[in-house]
Amino acid sequence: MVSKLINANPIVYEKKECRARSVPTAMEEYADLNSYYHALILNSHHGNTKKQLGKGIIPSCKIHMVEEETLEGGPKDIKDPKHPYSLEELKVIIEDAIDVDDQQSYVRITFTPTVEHCSMATIIGLCLRVKLLRSLPFHYKVDIRVVPRSHASESAVNKQLNDKERVAAALENPNLVDMVDECLAPSYD
Amino acid sequence: MELYEGACELKLLQTLEGHTDRVWSLVWNPATGTAETPLVFASCSGDKTVRIWEQNPSPSSSSSSHSSWNCKAVLEDTHTRTVRSCSWSPSGKLLAVASFDATTSIWENVGGDFECVSTLEGHENEVKSVSWNASGTLLATCGRDKSVWIWEAQPGNEFECVSVLQGHSQDVKMVLWHPTLDVLFSCSYDNTVKVWADDDDDWQCVQTLGEPNNGHSSTVWALSFNKTGDKMVTCSDDLTLKIWEMDSTSMQSADGYAPWRHLCTITGYHDRTIFSVHWSSEGIIASGAADDAIRFFVEDKDGLVDGPSYKLLLKEEKAHGMDINSVQWSPGEKRLLASASDDGTIKIWELASLCTGNGY
Repeated sequence: MVSKLINANPIVYEKKECRARSVPTAMEEYADLNSYYHALILNSHHGNTKKQLGKGIIPSCKIHMVEEETLEGGPKDIKDPKHPYSLEELKVIIEDAIDVDDQQSYVRITFTPTVEHCSMATIIGLCLRVKLLRSLPFHYKVDIRVVPRSHASESAVNKQLNDKERVAAALENPNLVDMVDECLAPSYD
Repeated sequence: MELYEGACELKLLQTLEGHTDRVWSLVWNPATGTAETPLVFASCSGDKTVRIWEQNPSPSSSSSSHSSWNCKAVLEDTHTRTVRSCSWSPSGKLLAVASFDATTSIWENVGGDFECVSTLEGHENEVKSVSWNASGTLLATCGRDKSVWIWEAQPGNEFECVSVLQGHSQDVKMVLWHPTLDVLFSCSYDNTVKVWADDDDDWQCVQTLGEPNNGHSSTVWALSFNKTGDKMVTCSDDLTLKIWEMDSTSMQSADGYAPWRHLCTITGYHDRTIFSVHWSSEGIIASGAADDAIRFFVEDKDGLVDGPSYKLLLKEEKAHGMDINSVQWSPGEKRLLASASDDGTIKIWELASLCTGNGY
């Protein structure tokens, strides 16, 4: 019996109990994430091998909270999804937290999920990774971390976000890819 | 050939294209590379296929540099997700293939065509590695479900699961049988290497190599044995390689199992995750890493430290345009190495002496 890979993505489904619920507030304007990142890469000063960038906010990343059925036991009710939060509302702010090293073709992003929410941090990190994957030249190396001491399971989240094999497997899960695409859709306008 | 830094160069013989997604791993067919049989290897990709590559036989036996490689077969339409790794049976007649679709397929070479003759199911999610034992009687698989499965090969290409081994606390990245003993090694996202042996068909974890044993401090991605099987090397996300040896002086345990102990750590040479390591029959350790470089290490016999140490023989920067996922020495006489990368290509290299001007 081949088990269905419904629960193939550990990033979303392992910490189900951490799922936060609150009343959605008004959406902010979405800025263009794509050109934002290109600006980061292209506007580094000549002669600097490492450029520390100032405050930046990842705009335009809508996160939908969705519950899905698990493998164990019977299928759970699929709850009505969708309490969309923009990352601005969640105050995922990058302050002095994007390191771009053009000479080494290296980007490190450190983000603060102020909602201390296990699965949220990994979803946000995954969205960031996908966005960068689609925006940066293929040879760039990317490290994504949560700001130190901003999250209860900081090292566990960091490890998962930077395990290339785990990310690749997660992105073969169509449900997760759909969610990520939906999150990033406003950023392509 | 002299084995000191600066004495060798890595020559690129050919770049093989064909896969349409990253190449995760490649494995040489152990029964090839003889006078009668040209070298063959299999490669696994995110494009859900396995490709079989063969060297064109060349008229002169010394001109490995002039032979080219062709893709002889594409094993497709079987797996529905990434094909992560594969393993040839010792006879070279069967190929076991591990996939993220949670199955392991077994292929048989039937007169040049490959047929899928069996599919092993059981893992709950991605299967990441598969390995045949030295006699071809046992197969091991492992995956993200944290388990290691042992299967027994039966007549008619049937496989029976003889054990499901729990013990790792996280995703198991690779399994590998010892080259001579029926002892299984697994390495994991939980930062440990576990050793599994059987006592009358009852398989148990007989040793765990973790941080208390001078083990790794992050995910262990791969391991490889030296030719005689008394040493092994492991590579990790912690940016080090570690050498371990079998402590044959303490064969005291009841089941005669000889424990492994840390010998030395090769540190300071890698700046990003090391995904693959392979120990050649001559003792050269090759590593492939996420910084796109291939490095070679040999034992430093002139070292001033107590105990064995290893030195860098050669570093090939930008060996590929993206992360290197797998490096494998070929069987046979020549010092050939194949590398597989996220850039979708496979490269065949030869480690050669540098011309000193005194002739060959």
